[in-house]
Amino acid sequence: MTETKPISVPQGRQAWEAALEGGKLRDSEFTSLSGSTLEVVYGPEDACGDPAEDLGWPGQFPFTRGVHPSMYRGRLWTMRQFAGFGTARETNERFKFLLDHGQTGLSVAFDFPTLMGRDGDDEMCRGEVGQVGVAISSIADMEQLFEGIPMDEVSTSMTINGPAPVLLAFYIACAERRGLDPAVLRGTVQNDILKEYQAQHAWLVPPEPALRMITDVMEYCAEHVPKWNTISISGYHIREAGSTAAQELAFTLANGLEYVRRGIERGMDVDSFAPRLSFFFDSHLDFFEEIAKFRAARRIWARKLREEFGAKDPRSWMLRFHTQTAGVSLTAQQPENNIVRTAYEALAAVLGGTQSLHTNSMDETLSLPTEKAVKIALRTQQIIAEETEVVHVADPLGGSYYVEALTDKMEREAEAYFDEIERRGGVVPSIDSGYFQKEIHDSALSYQRAVESGRKKVVGVNCYSEGEESLEIELHRIRPEVEAEALKGLASLRADRNAPRATAALDEIRTACNSTANLLEAFITAAHADCTLGEISQVLRDEFGDYIEPKIL
Amino acid sequence: MSERRIRVLVAKPGLDGHDRGAKTVASVLRDHGMEVIYTGLHKTPAMIAEIALQEDVDVVGLSILSGAHMELFPRVRQELVDRGLDNVLMVGGGIIPGDDMQVLEKDGFAKLFGPGTNTDSIAEYIQTEISKRWAAEEAQA
Repeated sequence: MTETKPISVPQGRQAWEAALEGGKLRDSEFTSLSGSTLEVVYGPEDACGDPAEDLGWPGQFPFTRGVHPSMYRGRLWTMRQFAGFGTARETNERFKFLLDHGQTGLSVAFDFPTLMGRDGDDEMCRGEVGQVGVAISSIADMEQLFEGIPMDEVSTSMTINGPAPVLLAFYIACAERRGLDPAVLRGTVQNDILKEYQAQHAWLVPPEPALRMITDVMEYCAEHVPKWNTISISGYHIREAGSTAAQELAFTLANGLEYVRRGIERGMDVDSFAPRLSFFFDSHLDFFEEIAKFRAARRIWARKLREEFGAKDPRSWMLRFHTQTAGVSLTAQQPENNIVRTAYEALAAVLGGTQSLHTNSMDETLSLPTEKAVKIALRTQQIIAEETEVVHVADPLGGSYYVEALTDKMEREAEAYFDEIERRGGVVPSIDSGYFQKEIHDSALSYQRAVESGRKKVVGVNCYSEGEESLEIELHRIRPEVEAEALKGLASLRADRNAPRATAALDEIRTACNSTANLLEAFITAAHADCTLGEISQVLRDEFGDYIEPKIL
Repeated sequence: MSERRIRVLVAKPGLDGHDRGAKTVASVLRDHGMEVIYTGLHKTPAMIAEIALQEDVDVVGLSILSGAHMELFPRVRQELVDRGLDNVLMVGGGIIPGDDMQVLEKDGFAKLFGPGTNTDSIAEYIQTEISKRWAAEEAQA
């Protein structure tokens, strides 16, 4: 019997390098989805961090491994499908459908008029009412949207930014009309204006007054709506607009840190509002890169909050986040394949420790999703939760040389961006100069080039394509009567309300704009007086001016 | 005459803020030697037609992902016609169901491009179409 002696690690590495030399490779370059060069294999010397300092355990600083000690053993992530279309009544029905199928939280998608702070009867809105989301112009619409849904039990996320404080006011006022104390309300308002200027482009007024309103929301909610997440600091739109994973991470966290600075400048104790800041990231197709991004995000946030801002409450250090799978990764060609893409992305989000998740439907490159497509997307999450058994172990990829090396690299890249933003005078000056917008555009363009040159493959688009395909999936169509119905609702609201009371409430907002009064408080009063979103927004535009985007092209 | 460059207006009608596609296409067309004017966001049909007139463009390309294409595209077309710009080549793209594309292509739009379109093919299409038009103009002159 011959005895095989184990070789040492350096000897092994030498032998491996020798074996690698001269081997045939499929390609000359192997990169991540974001374009970073990847090694063939990663070893202990690549993941050079200190396990105690850089990783800790789940639920421990710096939370690299997750925010809860038991992660999904305690509670699964919230399955939260973003939904909204047509009238409040139709969306209310879709919400009930989703709750009946096991969804555990609501997420409201608004139409463009609402996102831009306009009423449906505004001339700018022709053809857009109820198209990509639900039209909500007043407290009456909000009441219809939540009809029969217990607002004290369900948690609600509202994707709205420019006019976010106004929509939050409608929600709070609606709960008050039902006799609920706003303190019981749970949910999130996106309210992240900085990324609107950078990527998503649904703004209302210029950055400074917008930031003042956001700080008003943080301040008001800290006292009156303590379970509400006041900002969902979002990388999703930055990524979808074309950024790399590292840019998504860096710009999002830079925005988050800016909100923290504003709160502190207002004189608030960081621990009074930081625990209610939450995050929202994209989950794209590069599985490991995404997981590394989520882990790095938690670590950077924890360190910044504790070390730079002196937060003492561990909840201030914890980066909790929602994830949506990458809409941009879906293809109009062979749309059923999108189910598979979404499943990988969802798994990355779960292994990265997300607190809630939206999975896209296969038909979303063509239109809003059908009920069938939405149900498959929800079932995708349920299969991960119930069948794959991945949920039993926290941070299952922690300690992987590759994932740890990528996590460290993400953190370094984010730090380099923070320095660059600082050098440019901070987040708002960098928005004004178009810096973020240009960075995102350049990344989008280089990705497009990579796909078109065939360096990056997309199944059904630049490989395995089937030529001109006739599409055989059913599409969701918005009823053409939606706009007329919304207009009718607005007309009767204006006719039936107490007009002097509405005018007085709008005047109060005007006065508040020019003082240090809390605007959210004034919006709640206006909501109760049946003022519309468009009327309130017009006062804000009059007082604060319009935003003009910088030209980068 | 080889100096004559194709002038393109890339426009975003309505409230839709998704400009990744519009900016990408604008950059690609520029790389193909065209003069490209990008309107920026949130433009009404009248504003777009007015810019097209002032900039004397050969092509108007509309990008939309808001679902409002059946309302806004024909209105832009009408505003152009009202200004005597019937000859401008009209193209568009975005999240537009196939049936709608067919309707729009019967109604004044030369071609609509969906998700996954190769951007060079858009440039080539425009070059081919405009060359034909210019050749016809020259033949008439």
